[in-house]
Amino acid sequence: MRKTPAWVHALRARAIHVAGIVLPPVVMLALLGVVWEFLCSSPDATLPPPSKVVTDTWELITQPFYDNGGNDKGLFWHLLASLKRVALGYTFAATGGIALGVLIGSSKWAMRALDPLFQVLRTIPPLAWLPLSLAAFRDGQPSAIFVIFITAIWPIIINTAVGVRNIAQDYRNVAKVLRLNGAEFFTTIMLPAAAPYIFTGLRIGIGLSWLAIVAAEMLIGGVGIGFFIWDAWNSSLISDIILALVYVGIIGFLLDRLVALAGKFIGRGTVSV
Amino acid sequence: MTEYLKIEHVCKTFGKGESRSEVLRDISLDVAKGEYLAIIGHSGCGKSTLLNIVAGLTEASSGYVFLEGREVHQPGPDRAVVFQNHSLLPWLTVYDNVRLAVDKIFRGRKSTAERHDWTLRNLELVHMTHAMKKRPGEISGGMKQRVGIARALAMSPKVLLLDEPFGALDALTRAHLQEEVMKIHAELNNTVLMITHDVDEAVLLSDRIVMMTNGPAAQIGEVHRVELSRPRNRLDLIANAGYIESRARVLEFLHKKSHYVEAA
Repeated sequence: MRKTPAWVHALRARAIHVAGIVLPPVVMLALLGVVWEFLCSSPDATLPPPSKVVTDTWELITQPFYDNGGNDKGLFWHLLASLKRVALGYTFAATGGIALGVLIGSSKWAMRALDPLFQVLRTIPPLAWLPLSLAAFRDGQPSAIFVIFITAIWPIIINTAVGVRNIAQDYRNVAKVLRLNGAEFFTTIMLPAAAPYIFTGLRIGIGLSWLAIVAAEMLIGGVGIGFFIWDAWNSSLISDIILALVYVGIIGFLLDRLVALAGKFIGRGTVSV
Repeated sequence: MTEYLKIEHVCKTFGKGESRSEVLRDISLDVAKGEYLAIIGHSGCGKSTLLNIVAGLTEASSGYVFLEGREVHQPGPDRAVVFQNHSLLPWLTVYDNVRLAVDKIFRGRKSTAERHDWTLRNLELVHMTHAMKKRPGEISGGMKQRVGIARALAMSPKVLLLDEPFGALDALTRAHLQEEVMKIHAELNNTVLMITHDVDEAVLLSDRIVMMTNGPAAQIGEVHRVELSRPRNRLDLIANAGYIESRARVLEFLHKKSHYVEAA
């Protein structure tokens, strides 16, 4: 009898491990698809079953890059337009949020002055800012970016401030003994120590940005996944809406993972994903 | 005895009004250059507060601390602290933790290569070069404390302040580190101020032991000079009359007299 080599065992163990992670969600997805198909296959169903969604939108799925001018573009271009807005608004929010968070986290008076204001402002729903920003900017594009900014900034400010306030006294003592100056303290102690909190804020922020952009684009029009969904609704293309929602969900998930990975990389092991 | 570190009539009270509590009352102490001084007392007697005042991390309510004739106002690398819980920065490697201190203190005075060598030299002193690429989370408690000691030594401090440096370690690791601190002290002849609550540790390592009365309002109860020649060996000392006597004096103070002075 021949002995099985060790690498075969290792490979088998690895395969079982991977299958254990991949199989459950795949099986669950298939089950849900079957239930959905079953529920929506009667003639008087208001929503299409998955099989119909795929046949209806086959053209959109296979040709994401077409461009017939105007708003008649492939889904890739709509998603790209939305991502650009999010990238811009979110960058402003991350920069401003970390700066303000550091300020109110390290200054008692800044905290007392600004915190009550922030606590009220952050409860305002993103879309409630849209009319005001349209009035201020008189243009859809900057208004949408502003809505992203104002939506994402609050959790970033608040989490950064908590992170800065929670820097262990030990680290502050080390900084004092070494006589680190403000800039040195900021880069060598404050940012890494607060990184787990900052990245929690950034992750919540990116999620909220993606939530807000879809809603904002429904109102401002132009190219963008939000507008695409609204346009599909106006043309009663329910299958298009479902396809767009799948894309929105997947991209939202990827954005979240992206920020989490950035945290893992930049936080040098202090941020758990 | 040359005057080196001088603590003069230091008092410390925390809080105001009703919640006011006096922690230290009129502490005066002279430490000679190269001397190893232990401060021992029951927990809560304010010995860590005294160390923090010398470090400059806590401000004395009244009284002064002088180092080489200059008054101490704020923390600085001339009084490097080895913290009880090591206080290494977890996002930096062992090497970078020490290098951070070296860079901060010797920038402009040493070249990059010299700073690198000096960092390695101090890691060698505590036998930690093998783990210099690791982060604090990946090494044991005893190793972390070694790195903490290396970081403090790397600052070339005038006084080394040890705040119960081995308190959180198991007995064997503690003994091992005590040996190394003795070796380093013999080699570099640092001036050391060590807080401890371990009688054996105090007798083994120190030239003098300062015994503190119980708080509140702790004072210096007795000062005992340990008349044992160096190098000292833990095993040889077990039956050494001088060692036994020193040990007995400190124990007697801690268990009997620490209250009397308070009442007086």
